[in-house]
Amino acid sequence: MYPGYLEESIHLLEDTRVRRLIESVPRLAEDEKTDLLREYHPDYIESSMRQLKVGVNKGDYTPVELADLLEGNSRLDLENIDPARPDYNVDVLVIGCGGAGASAALLAHAEGARVLVATKLRLGDANTVGAQAGTQAADRPNDSPAIHYLDTVGGGHFDNVPELVEVLVKDAPSVIDWLEKLGVNWDKDKDGSMHELSGGGTSRRRLHSARDYTGLEEMRVLRDELKNKDIEYVEFAPAVELILDDKGQMAGAVLMNLETGDLIIVRARAVILATGGIGRLHIQDFPTTNHYGATADGLVLAYRAGAELMFIDTMQYHPTGAIYPLPILGQLVTEKVRTLGAQLVNIRGEQFVMPLEPRDVVASAIIRECRERNLGISTPHGEVGVWLDSPMIDVIRGDGTIARELPAMVRQFRRHNIDITREPIIVYPTLHYQNGGIKIDTEGATSLPGLFAAGECTGGVHGRNRLIGNSTLDLFVFGRRAGRAAGQYSRELKRGSPTLEHVRRWQQELQRAGIARQRPVSPKLLPNYVRRTHTHSRPFLHEYSP
Amino acid sequence: MAEQARLIDIYIMGRHCEVPEGLTILTALEYSGYTMIRSCGCRAGFCGACATIYNFKNDPQLRYDLACQKTVEQDMVIVQVPFFPSVKAIYDLGKIEATGETILELYPDIVKCFGCNTCTKTCPQELEVMWFMSDAIRGDIAAVADKSFDCLMCGLCAARCPQGLVPYNVAILCRRLYGHNLAPVSQHLTDRIAEIESGKFDSEITKLKKANQKELSGLYAERDIEPALEQAWE
Repeated sequence: MYPGYLEESIHLLEDTRVRRLIESVPRLAEDEKTDLLREYHPDYIESSMRQLKVGVNKGDYTPVELADLLEGNSRLDLENIDPARPDYNVDVLVIGCGGAGASAALLAHAEGARVLVATKLRLGDANTVGAQAGTQAADRPNDSPAIHYLDTVGGGHFDNVPELVEVLVKDAPSVIDWLEKLGVNWDKDKDGSMHELSGGGTSRRRLHSARDYTGLEEMRVLRDELKNKDIEYVEFAPAVELILDDKGQMAGAVLMNLETGDLIIVRARAVILATGGIGRLHIQDFPTTNHYGATADGLVLAYRAGAELMFIDTMQYHPTGAIYPLPILGQLVTEKVRTLGAQLVNIRGEQFVMPLEPRDVVASAIIRECRERNLGISTPHGEVGVWLDSPMIDVIRGDGTIARELPAMVRQFRRHNIDITREPIIVYPTLHYQNGGIKIDTEGATSLPGLFAAGECTGGVHGRNRLIGNSTLDLFVFGRRAGRAAGQYSRELKRGSPTLEHVRRWQQELQRAGIARQRPVSPKLLPNYVRRTHTHSRPFLHEYSP
Repeated sequence: MAEQARLIDIYIMGRHCEVPEGLTILTALEYSGYTMIRSCGCRAGFCGACATIYNFKNDPQLRYDLACQKTVEQDMVIVQVPFFPSVKAIYDLGKIEATGETILELYPDIVKCFGCNTCTKTCPQELEVMWFMSDAIRGDIAAVADKSFDCLMCGLCAARCPQGLVPYNVAILCRRLYGHNLAPVSQHLTDRIAEIESGKFDSEITKLKKANQKELSGLYAERDIEPALEQAWE
């Protein structure tokens, strides 16, 4: 149910469907895309970034919210902690348990390593479960890993690290097979062929989906398998610092019991960071699709220990975040909605962008439509967005398609009395993904011996903009590689004696730079959504929910 | 337009709080001063962390939902279920068969279901939990996989089952059995994996890796693009 004043615009939308059914909006040329991004993409707002003053990436630009944390103070009181007295002693410590962490743990375990998984919330509480649309893999006869490669680097503006993209696209089909052998239920046609869809910036249909619960299906299967393999795990225990040894090798981590505040010392021969994304930092005050724990902890831990980061000046704003009704502000409206045929339409009933351009392009076009051309749709709460004409899907593909392909979306909006099979959705870009992160090689190894990383906390594979379905793929490709490599590494390592000396040096560096007092403690661990001022007005809602 | 939201009364674990209309249960908890540690995950209806039980001051009927999705209502009395002890069978998927006997062996208690339908009434995803449990008892793995597909594993069904059954774990067993054993084979996937292993695409990818930005940009602009919409639909 939309408020009455939007009825006229909805009628216009309905009246233009016949025209839009045959109309096609051309794709933008490279230089048109570049201009659009420069003008409207949030990454290009210079005042939102600043240069890092300390650490390996000193001089690099990054959003101020992330810069504060990367330059943050340790949570540890170094006088009262002895890293040589561990509570756990394992071969491989996996920090974070979304798709990448779980894959890494399974593969390290298969290498014979004793594995401990430490996670800030519960096993599987990660952005993985919110990934709806699918996982890319070039496995249809008219497709190839080379085409997948070209799509990926084109989406990333040709800045992607070539070696990482190569393994991404070449491992993809075997990842799909691995997941199926673990029991993932892919959408298939009756003859067994995968039921695959296109996405923004893909030139072939190669998204493997599980209804619109793809990431959830992948995650719950991996979590179940972790338990079947009896891999040890500790929940509600985020890492607050990495431990090195006197040879400069990774030697474990300090965890914190989130409920009691107690510290837990883990001695490990190798550490895999799989801590995910950054959305809960609300870069530029954007709402986010991310889960509660997405606060860039892994970047902070790695950076303080001396690992190099890359592409930390680029975030992904998903073009279609919900902005109405208010309780779901910022939540993801999956790209699968556009994949299936829904168009983006302004208040005049006109399309203004080809709906399957890469995400940064579509997001910029929506921002232009609302902010520059003033052709957006205003919600009763003062948000402005554009129509995502979901009912078009059933017009194009037949009644029942939406219900079958998008049960999560139908359910989410039905809770708020909007029937997306008959009514459109109002959308605006929302903070979705961190394109950059910790620099890794093809085996997930970072610049620090014994420190591996996988998934959203890494950078390079997606360049400056990730394509749909390449993030869940990234999790499993690099999670598996990092797990295997860490397992092997842990066998060959000659250990030194553990130390937190690097943290002491870090604090001295902050002092020298004169910023120690201005910076918060980090990692952040959780966002602060508890009301601080006594106000009942909309700004509260806008700022803190959801 | 900072219009004042109307305040409504809710009761968080019995404690009276006034919160603005339009908040979800989750944001109402935070508004009321609670820092979430447990019972908060994806905040978008996918992870099942925030399973919540509520009723109303003058209506004892228990209701169930996800705190991140449900909007607060006047006189709601709220408690969350942060954790619930539940049985999970341990198995090696490669060594068990996709049969009803397997399900009964791993979860023998499911025959104790007496059809009270509390699980179905409890499910925040509105799944037909009791029906897929009876499918499980009959050994119809494909039916369980299909009917339970949208399960978030929030655990509310298990928390409320008077017989201590764990429908969500029975369901994931069936879905994994279906994916591993029963789903029709994707020949094109098997073929492609063999092609990649044989090195069929290596030279083409090596060429792309060596191409400079201008060359790549040209190739990218010239890609032939498969129409997104022309697809056989079942």
